[in-house]
Amino acid sequence: MKRIVTFIAVVVITIGVMAGTSPWLINKMELGLDLKGGLEILYQATPLENGAKVTKESLTQTALSLEKRSNVLGGTEPEVTTEGTDRIRLKIPGVANNEEVRKKLSEPASLTFRSKDGTEKEASQYNKIELVGSDFAEDGASITYDQLNRPQISIKLKNKEKFAEVTKRLAANPPGSAERQLAIFLDDQLLSAPEVQQELNQGTAVITGSYTLDEAQELRDTINLGALPLKLTEKYSQVVDATLGKLSLHQTLLAGGIASVVILLFMMIIYHLPGVIASFTLISYVWMMLLVFHFAGVTLTLPGIAAFVLGIGMAVDANIITDERIKEELRSGKSIMSAVKAGNRVSFRTVMDAHVTTFIAAAVMYWMGTGSVRSFALVLMIDIVVSIITNIFFSRYLLVLLVKGNVIKKPGLLGVKESEIGAL
Amino acid sequence: MVPSNTNTNEKTTANQKTRWNWDFIKYSKYFYTFSILVTVIGIISLLVFQLNYGVDFRSGSNVDISAKQLSKAQIQEVMNEAGLGQRDMVITPGSQQSSVRFSDVLSEADQSKLQEAVTSKLGKDASTEINTVDTEIAKELERNALIAVLVASLGIIIYVTIRFEWRFAIAAIVALLHDAFMVIAIFSIFRLEVNLTFIIALLTIVGYSINDTVVIFDRVRENMRFAKVKTRQDLHAVVNKSISQTMTRSINTVFTVFIASVALLIFGSEAIRMFSLAMVIGLLFGAYSSIFIASPLWFLLKGKNVNTSKKPAKATN
Repeated sequence: MKRIVTFIAVVVITIGVMAGTSPWLINKMELGLDLKGGLEILYQATPLENGAKVTKESLTQTALSLEKRSNVLGGTEPEVTTEGTDRIRLKIPGVANNEEVRKKLSEPASLTFRSKDGTEKEASQYNKIELVGSDFAEDGASITYDQLNRPQISIKLKNKEKFAEVTKRLAANPPGSAERQLAIFLDDQLLSAPEVQQELNQGTAVITGSYTLDEAQELRDTINLGALPLKLTEKYSQVVDATLGKLSLHQTLLAGGIASVVILLFMMIIYHLPGVIASFTLISYVWMMLLVFHFAGVTLTLPGIAAFVLGIGMAVDANIITDERIKEELRSGKSIMSAVKAGNRVSFRTVMDAHVTTFIAAAVMYWMGTGSVRSFALVLMIDIVVSIITNIFFSRYLLVLLVKGNVIKKPGLLGVKESEIGAL
Repeated sequence: MVPSNTNTNEKTTANQKTRWNWDFIKYSKYFYTFSILVTVIGIISLLVFQLNYGVDFRSGSNVDISAKQLSKAQIQEVMNEAGLGQRDMVITPGSQQSSVRFSDVLSEADQSKLQEAVTSKLGKDASTEINTVDTEIAKELERNALIAVLVASLGIIIYVTIRFEWRFAIAAIVALLHDAFMVIAIFSIFRLEVNLTFIIALLTIVGYSINDTVVIFDRVRENMRFAKVKTRQDLHAVVNKSISQTMTRSINTVFTVFIASVALLIFGSEAIRMFSLAMVIGLLFGAYSSIFIASPLWFLLKGKNVNTSKKPAKATN
């Protein structure tokens, strides 16, 4: 009696916890770009100067800058990871094929101050680069206001003396001459070309122009993002339309739902009571997978779903092996109690061997693989561990409770006809 | 409750025999023949046609032309003008943007010719964007996956050799590679498109194959422990018995896994159609090879041992 109460309590509590947390878990599920829509780009990084090497620091720095950039560009929770020695993978959910985003991401926005050196062919040219990006302080651009309260951008320099030297030299030119101008370029775009009146030794340069506050802020951000330490080339890109991603997800979920119903019905019809228990533990397996996905921060992608399907197959297999084995032991004439015990014991070794072998394969794939191979292998490893907990231990626990509680009195409940039973 | 108390042992064996009374080893040569035949056709097909690689694996240039309502003929005209009309390309016209996929990479000269042609034919408002598709990543993933499978096989060999014996390991690996190759062969023969997800499907198949084979081998090992194997016939009987005993389980498991992958194939998204198809084919081969390839192969390896030693084979290892 006590055991039956325990059984009912365990089942009711499990159902309660699952029913209570499932909607939350499903909502919190992190979906990959292939299921949600968005942009994924794999960049290959090369040094800006010939002969230089891509260092770990410069790669990380570039990745951080990229992350900053995608944040500024309005992407939601971009994910930037470095891969190998010279690759950066960038995932921005929710961004459709936005050429603008791609361009802004990989192109270095480099700020230069230029002057005329006399070799210009056109009035708009400034051929001599006086100051380059590395001369400006990091995050050194800020918004200030002039006397008329118009926004302008102030930029701090790393080296006061250098700026002083440049401005002093330019200010030495006759007033009004073109040689006196210090042009400010963002990439190849001329922002302004003020005339230098005197030597500036405060270490701060100011870009004026009739900017609105929004424009000024955008300019400040672009300058602050600065140039990337490395040159990036797109190696691989995947753009998934959000609606297409959602459709994939819904179709896949529908497929999963239909398959689950058929599998659960099959288990209950073929294996009777153990089949019902198996169906129950299979549902708790799926729930537990969602739980682990959530806490381990696993993003569900199509390869992940593949591993999931394989996992369900193996989880059902664990139940089938055990239940078949129990049937066999019963047929050979054992009592229900000893058949369940023997069946569990013998099948445990089989299921563990099969699971451990697959786990080894998955672990090697995780270790050796990259990209989608890795995410597949990760889900598969989680699958196996969760499956062992739910479909071996939990299944067994529930079945043994029922047997010890003397609920199962007839072999028919275990799917064995009495005529099949031979005595010992 | 119990029908009779006499001859119960025979009764049990009789029961087993009526269930799956079939000599799996005896007919194994037909299955070997079938598998070798598919393998040979597969190799020939791979050599002649190769795999029908999808976009992920084909390098080339992608040209997007922004101009309203272009027809296929108009685009073809532009390409002719640029001297690219004869190239291998796929034209996809669109309302705002049309795209052309070249199977080879356009040179800089081609690109500028193309841009000129677009401006002269479609007016100044039309713009083009040319992207070169790099297949290095796809190829690398393919290579990586292959290495991963080979290293994983090594890991499996070590584990199975420790837990079982090396003959089981060899037979299981042959079955595993067989399954993966069967799917590759079928995809090559029927010109089905191979993309990045295909690789994942293959890995899934490898995972299933090894899982399935180990379950049957586990039964063989168990039966070997209690059997007195003196001759090849004894060994033959042990393998047959083991397969028969696990047959119901094999069929039921294949059924459930099959249901899951067929549901993905029928109801799942278009994006994973080829992936699901590869899974369905692979899972069937995975079950087939565990019974008809791996087990007879183990018998073949073990059988030699029985014959040469003329001693009772060790039941356990």
